[in-house]
Amino acid sequence: MKLPLPPLPSALKPPPKPPGETERVPPLEQAKEAGIATADWIDERTSLSGPARWVMFRKVPKGTNWFYTLGSATLFAFLSQAVTGVFLAMYYDPSVTNAYESARHITNDVFLGEFVRGMHKWGSTVMVILICLHMARTFFFGAYKYPRELNWVIGVVLLILTFTMAFTGYLLPFDQRSYWATIVGVNINGTGPIAGPFLSDFLRGGAEFGSTTLSRFYAIHMLLLPGAIIALIGAHLYLVTKLGTTAPPWLKAEGSDGLRDEQV
Amino acid sequence: MADGRKEPKSKYTLDRGMPGAFEGETVTRRRFMTGTVHGAGAIAVSAFALPALGFAAGSALFDRPPVEWEAIGAPEDFPDDTYIPRVITEVSGIGQIGRTTIYVRSRNDDDPPPNPPGYDEQYIAISTRCMHLGCPVRYIDAAKRFVCPCHGGVYNFLGGVDGGPPVRPLDRFYTRVTNGQVEVGPRYSVNSEFRRFPSYRDPAQDLDGIGQYLYPGRFSTPKMD
Repeated sequence: MKLPLPPLPSALKPPPKPPGETERVPPLEQAKEAGIATADWIDERTSLSGPARWVMFRKVPKGTNWFYTLGSATLFAFLSQAVTGVFLAMYYDPSVTNAYESARHITNDVFLGEFVRGMHKWGSTVMVILICLHMARTFFFGAYKYPRELNWVIGVVLLILTFTMAFTGYLLPFDQRSYWATIVGVNINGTGPIAGPFLSDFLRGGAEFGSTTLSRFYAIHMLLLPGAIIALIGAHLYLVTKLGTTAPPWLKAEGSDGLRDEQV
Repeated sequence: MADGRKEPKSKYTLDRGMPGAFEGETVTRRRFMTGTVHGAGAIAVSAFALPALGFAAGSALFDRPPVEWEAIGAPEDFPDDTYIPRVITEVSGIGQIGRTTIYVRSRNDDDPPPNPPGYDEQYIAISTRCMHLGCPVRYIDAAKRFVCPCHGGVYNFLGGVDGGPPVRPLDRFYTRVTNGQVEVGPRYSVNSEFRRFPSYRDPAQDLDGIGQYLYPGRFSTPKMD
């Protein structure tokens, strides 16, 4: 049997809780809520949850299939190129006398160098193949039609930029194949009437393959084109989100009965 | 109005009863500020964009390299019935990349074309740059022909096109003899009649007929005289 405690003088009593104070949450619970709390903190200040929901929770048409993943596959190929490219740039030296040697150094000496350079080299081919397949899918599914024509146009610009990426990147290993392929490529470019010769001068940095040709190609390859591609991918994805994707062409539209009567 | 739109406001500030308006005035404060801000933005953008563009394109398009002569050997080194290969520096300061092979021989009296007035060249220096797309051609003495490995361009002894895709004869270099040495100078292009084009063109640029106007000379090639 428990005896009642003797009455304490009021000075020794624990102070009453101030009004409005909530229950103390145990630390484990607090940790569990940390993610949500952080997201809430950001959302309260940016209102980004609305746009995020708008981007992520979209209705997709019936019949959506694996062909619809070619665009994201291209995007991931680009991301892989961007990441491996940034790190290759840490070892690469775009000078006519050292470029080949630095590329050789990456392949033969640097830890995982051959692997990362291989990812960038083969990844570029993968990206070109994927972007062509993605374009073919869009064409054969009729997904370029109203109201998606502008997205097709942006996609064509992205295709050209991707080819320009492949062309400028081809020079960078600076071996015989790179050098002669660039000579041939620039000369093909020069066959454009009136503007062609001057555009070739701009690419080469003069009338001959010279001291700045390689660094020009490098700057175009790693600064100018990636910026343009990232901006256009943003516009491309915005329009995909805004307009939604199309149903495959073999799927019959499910009209109302009234509409069917009208058609008959 | 019939379609329910509001009547457009008069463009005159006076008709719109604006404070400080006077007769014939159309620019409102709002229009003035909008124009000012747009103008200031345009000036600010051009202030960095135009110099940057000029920086990227200016020297590439307009820097004319100096005329340079390089000695390649004594006059008696070069017979008139075959070509002797020599390696010269076309772009200095960039090592092997700036070097190129040329083929040199003495000029024959019946060589077309005759020297243009002001030139007395006794040596023919032919570039190895194929005029299809710029691959390096090789002279094969047994056939007396230049052959390109890439797409089968074939040139005769004079450098004129014998077959394949090239659009004009092989480029040449100015030659002269100084201090007992044959020297080669800047490159020049020729059309199918071996007419000289001192501002040399890139390969694949036709110089016959309309081609010479479609592919104008550039400001980035060395200029003789």
